[in-house]
Amino acid sequence: MIHIINYGLGNLGSIKNMLKRIGVEAEIIDKPEQLEDASKIILPGVGAFDSGMSHLIDNNWLEILNRKVLTDKLPVLGICLGMQLMTKGSEEGALPGLGWMNAKVKKFSFDEGSKLKIPHMGWNKVIPAKSSKLLEDPENENRFYFVHSYYVESENETESLLWTHHGLKFVSAFERDNIMGVQFHPEKSHKFGLKLLKNFVERY
Amino acid sequence: MLKNRVIPCLLLRDGGLVKTEKFKKYKYIGDPINALRIFNEKEVDELIFMDIDASRHNKEPNWETLKDLASECFMPLSYAGGVKNLKQIEMLLKIGIEKVGINHQSLTDLSLLKEASRQFGSSSIIGGVDVKNSLFGKTYVYDHVKGKSNSLDPVNYAQTLEAAGVGEIFLNSVDRDGSYSGYDLDLINKVSHSLSIPLIACGGASSYSDLNAAIAAGASAVAAGSIFVYHGPHRAVLISYPTAIQLESILHE
Repeated sequence: MIHIINYGLGNLGSIKNMLKRIGVEAEIIDKPEQLEDASKIILPGVGAFDSGMSHLIDNNWLEILNRKVLTDKLPVLGICLGMQLMTKGSEEGALPGLGWMNAKVKKFSFDEGSKLKIPHMGWNKVIPAKSSKLLEDPENENRFYFVHSYYVESENETESLLWTHHGLKFVSAFERDNIMGVQFHPEKSHKFGLKLLKNFVERY
Repeated sequence: MLKNRVIPCLLLRDGGLVKTEKFKKYKYIGDPINALRIFNEKEVDELIFMDIDASRHNKEPNWETLKDLASECFMPLSYAGGVKNLKQIEMLLKIGIEKVGINHQSLTDLSLLKEASRQFGSSSIIGGVDVKNSLFGKTYVYDHVKGKSNSLDPVNYAQTLEAAGVGEIFLNSVDRDGSYSGYDLDLINKVSHSLSIPLIACGGASSYSDLNAAIAAGASAVAAGSIFVYHGPHRAVLISYPTAIQLESILHE
């Protein structure tokens, strides 16, 4: 059973619906103890970094999340803010992140007069940085829906899975062992996102 | 590179889908869920639903319809209409809507928009700006509840909304709504170049090449109603959307 963690805000309904479309039942959980019988975890999230981390801390998610992901090695997929929370920390906040990945989160910043807008909002392409089960059987010309003002910068390029350009090249997905994160919203990215979620469900 | 988004903008009224001309002359188009399913199949960039009566009649968002829409939608979905408090915004985001538009409320009080942008993140909140030309050709911000313009300048007002924290501006022209007369390119140019956040331009599209013109004028995204719900000179109802390949060639003309 796939468990989607509800720790405050986030577009949980549409993730669940997309999984249902793939033919998989998922459960949205809001208590840490419900994670005990999970086989896979999705960590979604929208909003600010510190408010996301505080929700995880205040509602006692850290111990069980660290155990399930780092010791039991359950496959975990972070989406949007969920991906960013997996890093060491963010320029957006003061709290440290989960620290699972060797990466940091920085703010997009462009010169005055730049045509590039912040947030990075809309459909963009991805460039594979390495091969992965998550990317198998790709649709022609993968594109995904992004909405974010902060981006992930890797400190260990072997963890980078996809890159995207928006003024600079940032890490739009990363993967190491059982830990995966995507900056875009697969649940809102038509067949492209569906395929990625299907791979997460079926190949891990 | 980021693709410019092409967004069907669909109007809700009493749970049905309508299309307007100049914010009036409502014509019933059909069932919103059916339309949404067709747009799902056509792999649309994004969808905006607007309840055009909610603020006018001081009604709550139509929760039943919105829940159905959100759960069927596999593309980004925005909603505007009758949003008056943070609780409603939280609810809208929870049921699966990505972005919430605030329009009428901000004309008199920016506190909701400020607090919503802070609490839910800028990228979840759209600032709505309706505009109308005066008899003397000047463009002012329009209040659709009162049914008349006020004295606000659209460029200044859009900048005020950006400073208050919204992640995006939705600029809609009353005069051009349903008119097939093309976008107000001058205004799009002025507003987009005064902002560092994305601008969605709406109102007046008659063809795919109009979309391209609005993007060339500076819009990050273009929204339209008629061209995606009507077909032919007699405005027969037909839901359509360009294919990915068509879009690519339209936007690179």
